[in-house]
Amino acid sequence: MQKELLVGLLRSRRGIIGVSIIGFLLLLSAVAPLIIPIESYFKWSSPNYWINNPKTAAPSWTNFFGPKDFEHVSLDMSDAKVISESLEGIRTDNYRFEINMQADSFPDDIIFLYSVKYGDIPPVLQIDISRPDNNTFTVYYSSLPPASNMNTTFSDRIFSTNEIIREAMNQYQSYFNYSISGLEPQVVIFSDTTKPDVLKGVYQISERFFLFDNNSSVEEAGIILGGKVFGIIGTDDLRRDLAVGIIWGIPIALFIGLTVSIFSVAIGLFYGVVAGYRAKRTDETMMRVNEIFYALPTLPLLILLTIIYGSNIFLIIGFLLIFSWMGSAKIIRSIALQMRNFQYVEAAKLMGQSDLKVIFKHIIPQLLPLTFASVAIAVPAAILTEAALSFLGLGDPSLPTWGQLLHEANTADAASRGIWWWIVPPGLMIALTALAFFLIGNTLDAIANPLRNKNQKL
Amino acid sequence: MFLVLFAILFITVILLNSAFNNLQKEAIINQVNEEVNQGTLKFENSAERSSYKDKQIQLRFKATGLDQDSLNPSKLIPRVISVMTFDLGESSFFTTDYGSSNVRDIIFERVPKTLLLFTTATICSFVIGIFLGTYVAGKEGSWWDKFNSISAIFSNSFPSWWIAMLMILIFAFTLHIFPSRATPLSSPSDPTYIADLLYHMALPLITLIIVSFGGVAYIVRYFLINILNEDFIHAKRTMGISRRKILYSHALRNAGPPIATTVGLALAASFGGAIILEAVFDWPGMGKLYYDAIGLYDVPIIIGLTFISTVIFLVTIFITDISYTLLDPRVKGN
Repeated sequence: MQKELLVGLLRSRRGIIGVSIIGFLLLLSAVAPLIIPIESYFKWSSPNYWINNPKTAAPSWTNFFGPKDFEHVSLDMSDAKVISESLEGIRTDNYRFEINMQADSFPDDIIFLYSVKYGDIPPVLQIDISRPDNNTFTVYYSSLPPASNMNTTFSDRIFSTNEIIREAMNQYQSYFNYSISGLEPQVVIFSDTTKPDVLKGVYQISERFFLFDNNSSVEEAGIILGGKVFGIIGTDDLRRDLAVGIIWGIPIALFIGLTVSIFSVAIGLFYGVVAGYRAKRTDETMMRVNEIFYALPTLPLLILLTIIYGSNIFLIIGFLLIFSWMGSAKIIRSIALQMRNFQYVEAAKLMGQSDLKVIFKHIIPQLLPLTFASVAIAVPAAILTEAALSFLGLGDPSLPTWGQLLHEANTADAASRGIWWWIVPPGLMIALTALAFFLIGNTLDAIANPLRNKNQKL
Repeated sequence: MFLVLFAILFITVILLNSAFNNLQKEAIINQVNEEVNQGTLKFENSAERSSYKDKQIQLRFKATGLDQDSLNPSKLIPRVISVMTFDLGESSFFTTDYGSSNVRDIIFERVPKTLLLFTTATICSFVIGIFLGTYVAGKEGSWWDKFNSISAIFSNSFPSWWIAMLMILIFAFTLHIFPSRATPLSSPSDPTYIADLLYHMALPLITLIIVSFGGVAYIVRYFLINILNEDFIHAKRTMGISRRKILYSHALRNAGPPIATTVGLALAASFGGAIILEAVFDWPGMGKLYYDAIGLYDVPIIIGLTFISTVIFLVTIFITDISYTLLDPRVKGN
């Protein structure tokens, strides 16, 4: 029967669609730790981890349509060309970054970051930008603050809004044949000298450190050009890469969906079999209880339970179980009610086998195919309910679930601000996962459920 | 019916007992703090002051029975009654339009708006669903039929509140047809308030209908096709009665009772979704209040809302049951 189930599943078109969606999701969650750093999972809600990303940037592929927005650039030491030279006891470390500017708009901001270890004499930092039109702007020249004790490491970020940079820009007015006063430094740096537009081409940005003693060394150097587009899915208000959140959401959603459905069907199977097999008074009472659970409004009670007992993921799974076993219990019970009159069951009973043995040896094995179908059918509801809870802000706050992403999007008014990349992908993932299990469940049910009308083709 | 309601309430109250206790304890502590801070009582030093406070709190806990086992039936029943009569005290964050902060007033102000939205949507999707379902049942296997099953699958697996966000994105942000916030701008006493309310209701209403009519149509089609395969229909057809008449009068009437129950239960289940939908659209009903109360952790409001939504849910199921008896001649006989 199990084999028949599998064959039937792979023979129907809907079954194949469902299986391949889930296969794809499983594959993605299996390779996730290899393609994205695991740290991003644990630091999902810590803003510092994401500080190098742009804020609310659209997916970068939107550049294929319409004018090209500046794509976010984040370069660190490994991307730089390092030139080290020594002259009369002064060492110069020059970190040169190359940026190919092809966008139609300016970057939102420029951030120069560095980290230097030094002793008594603070080093001097000079930032030069040589442009495609062979002009070179020295935008920053300043010494680092004096060290408070020996061999401190000083880290800082210089933003393009920095006063020194602003003042430095003013001396280059003569290069331009229009007024640059009032323009932001990052705009001036990338502007054409003849017209207020982007000057395309290759820019060299160099961070030059003048180090005055041997113990000094540059630990880190990098630049960030804030863009309006970033990555495959873009970023949210907290600068987080949404693609990372979406991928981490897959294993969590599958875990919640499968755990809840497997356990709820197991409870339902046992409950239904006992009720159906014992029949009469036991059945009557057990079905009354079942009906009362049916009449409980799921969502309001779930809200209350999570508010009172907390929203740990395992607690939520437990709460979901309370409200999800009734459906399968009802179906299983009606089949078990028929099965108890089957001849082999009666024969087993007459042979003096105990009730438990009859249930486990003769009834449950016959119900297994239907159980598999019920598990698949129960998954979408579990996933959707958990997503709804997370959406209300009651999910496990430590996990990056899709519902959580949508909750944050809704709190940030993403829909009325038109930030579609924050809304569409997480919801689509919920829908896709639910849809896949729904298709599989329906196909299996059509094969395994004797109560189902055979005329019906979904 | 009332027995079920009471049983459910009982379970709810047992589940929420600790919340109730904490709530009352907090209220007592606040009361004592207030009395002490008013300054009519004089204390030598802060130690005396805090010992007086502790003593008072303990005394009052004892007087109200909060120190005892909280599952004592002599306490549970009054508690159930206090929930049923919405005697839940004051909310600390919300007020009605007229400034009352009583939980009962706040909730009763919001309930009609939710019912307005939910029942209108239910009736609309019911009507559309029945006509569409009957239409496609007569054309089994056609494109319309396939479209209907696909839309039913989608409405089963797509979160309705996500569709709501997409609707705002499309109709409010991109096309500027409807406002993105469904809270009317004019005040309730304004003569234009009703029009304003309806205009703001349009987008949530359309969304609710979109997410539910597919499911209704699918249920209708399912039962109709079952009936259409029965012998008496074949007999009618050989008698020369037109297909249309068979479909709309004979088959639909026979399929009525199971359709009513299944659709009723499905719509009752969608009530939870409608609550979240309100939060997305900012429609000033119960759902919005729920969302805000969760954010501010206003427990009395949440308990009251849970109770009222349980009642609404049960009433829906009850109406479903009644309509079954009305539609099925066999049940009517009894």
